Amino acid sequence: MTHPKKWLVPALYILFLMLPIYGLLAMSFKTTGEILGGFSFFPQEFTLENYEVIFTDPTWYNGYINSIIYVVINTVISVMVALPAAYAFSRYKFLGDKHLFFWLLTNRMAPPAVFALPFFQLYSAIGLFDTHVAVAIAHCLFNIPLAVWILEGFMSSVPKELDETAYLDGYSFWRFFIRIFIPTIAAGIGVAMFFCFMYSWVELLLAKTLTSVEAKPIAATMTRTASSSGYELGLLAAAGSLTIVPGAIVIYFVRNYIAKGFALGRV
Amino acid sequence: MNKTLNQKAWWLVVPVLLLVAFNAFIPLMTVVNYAFQETFGNNEFFWEGTTWFEQVLHSERFHAALGRQLMFTGMILAIEVPLGIGVALTMPRKGPWVSVCLVLMALPLLIPWNVVGAMWNIFALPDIGLLGYTLNSMGFDYNFTRQPVSAWMTTVLMDVWHWTSLIVLLCYAGLSSIPDAYYQAAHIDGASRWAIFRYIQLPKMKRVLTIAILLRFMDSFMIYTEPFVLTGGGPGNTTTFLSIDLVKIALGQFDLGPAAAMSLIYFLIVLLICWVFYTLMMRNEEQ
Repeated sequence: MTHPKKWLVPALYILFLMLPIYGLLAMSFKTTGEILGGFSFFPQEFTLENYEVIFTDPTWYNGYINSIIYVVINTVISVMVALPAAYAFSRYKFLGDKHLFFWLLTNRMAPPAVFALPFFQLYSAIGLFDTHVAVAIAHCLFNIPLAVWILEGFMSSVPKELDETAYLDGYSFWRFFIRIFIPTIAAGIGVAMFFCFMYSWVELLLAKTLTSVEAKPIAATMTRTASSSGYELGLLAAAGSLTIVPGAIVIYFVRNYIAKGFALGRV
Repeated sequence: MNKTLNQKAWWLVVPVLLLVAFNAFIPLMTVVNYAFQETFGNNEFFWEGTTWFEQVLHSERFHAALGRQLMFTGMILAIEVPLGIGVALTMPRKGPWVSVCLVLMALPLLIPWNVVGAMWNIFALPDIGLLGYTLNSMGFDYNFTRQPVSAWMTTVLMDVWHWTSLIVLLCYAGLSSIPDAYYQAAHIDGASRWAIFRYIQLPKMKRVLTIAILLRFMDSFMIYTEPFVLTGGGPGNTTTFLSIDLVKIALGQFDLGPAAAMSLIYFLIVLLICWVFYTLMMRNEEQ
């Protein structure tokens, strides 16, 4: 049943995926003069100037640091609070559990554009505007429901006898949860963290609305540069290329769990 | 799994509830406040009832944006779902190429959305971008900043580029849960390629495919950053989708009342469609 030319489909698809990325990378190694001079497939005068600017100018590299800080805070908070909740949903029936679960998911459906302005007012009012924590907590809106959803799937595939045996052996709930249960679903936690990282890293609208200087994410730095300094395409391309790196590193480490995580552990 | 009834489980859910409610209820109430009242600043509010809602529901601008949004979501689903299934079916099942494929395919998912927009902007520039230059030198008249058709094509292509991998990964996960024995049995029975797809692979993918379509529907309906960076909603208003229009009204014109009313209508549409989907999905699962 295997067709000899079968590999062509994924190969062509990957080629299609790589082309725009190549275009961006190639442009990041070109000088402004070359970019505006016309089209060239390979950089003619190979330059690292654009990257030099980013690594020496604090307004640029701080953007990366800010983004990474709030993404990490968000990932930790989301997974920490989602763990016990997912356990409750996977093991127990309680008043309103199904409605609560659906309500959680509805927050994944709220268009960020709807919430941008009220979020700005809310976080200004409580004095968190322009802090990393503000963005981290705001991103919980869609990351916690997602983490609960994924973890619940993984937990449901762990047999309940594990819990019962541990309780018979005299474990308290929290001791069992931390010593036995969490190591058992380590893969699921990895997947949940990956997704939280991913959605927090790629989101821009809320992150931009909630920050101005101190916690400005790299993505927002890019949009301002694009509009204020005119046609610095090379610099923009270099900054864009660098935003791909953290994601690529994370994806390499979790590659074996990704597919499983998307299936939410219960295909 | 049969679950035990335990009301104390509520305590495990409380932290999630508090955090999400803080982010969801308070801003939502702000939106509701603006939607039913008129404000002239100074914290003075006047009751307006459903005026804003009627205004939005009758405005041609809203109808046009909603129409474009539905067309966009329809188009990307029609392309991404078959393409995603096709790629997932032809992907290698074993060996070193599996992780190479997975890593490369997942890459677009991890690029910040405005970088996706900027990347496609650069890629499609008619004179110096790879795509734009190639199309123009092949004799096509292509300019996405001026021609509505080119702008639409580029936006749809960008979304296909960005998100098809999500469907591929989900379907692949569904496929890899099929035991080899099924295929061997089909082989012995002399089943055709189509029969294998229809009776073995498709049923196994049904659940993940529903999740994939649901996620793609939600996200494409809320799309903002990528088309905003790519085309800015133009040329004219031709690629102004709901979110872009909403931000224009709320932050550009500062018409908070109509913007809030539109937000609520928008949210309700997404919610309604997802609820129908979710219910159907759950009913399927119970069978």
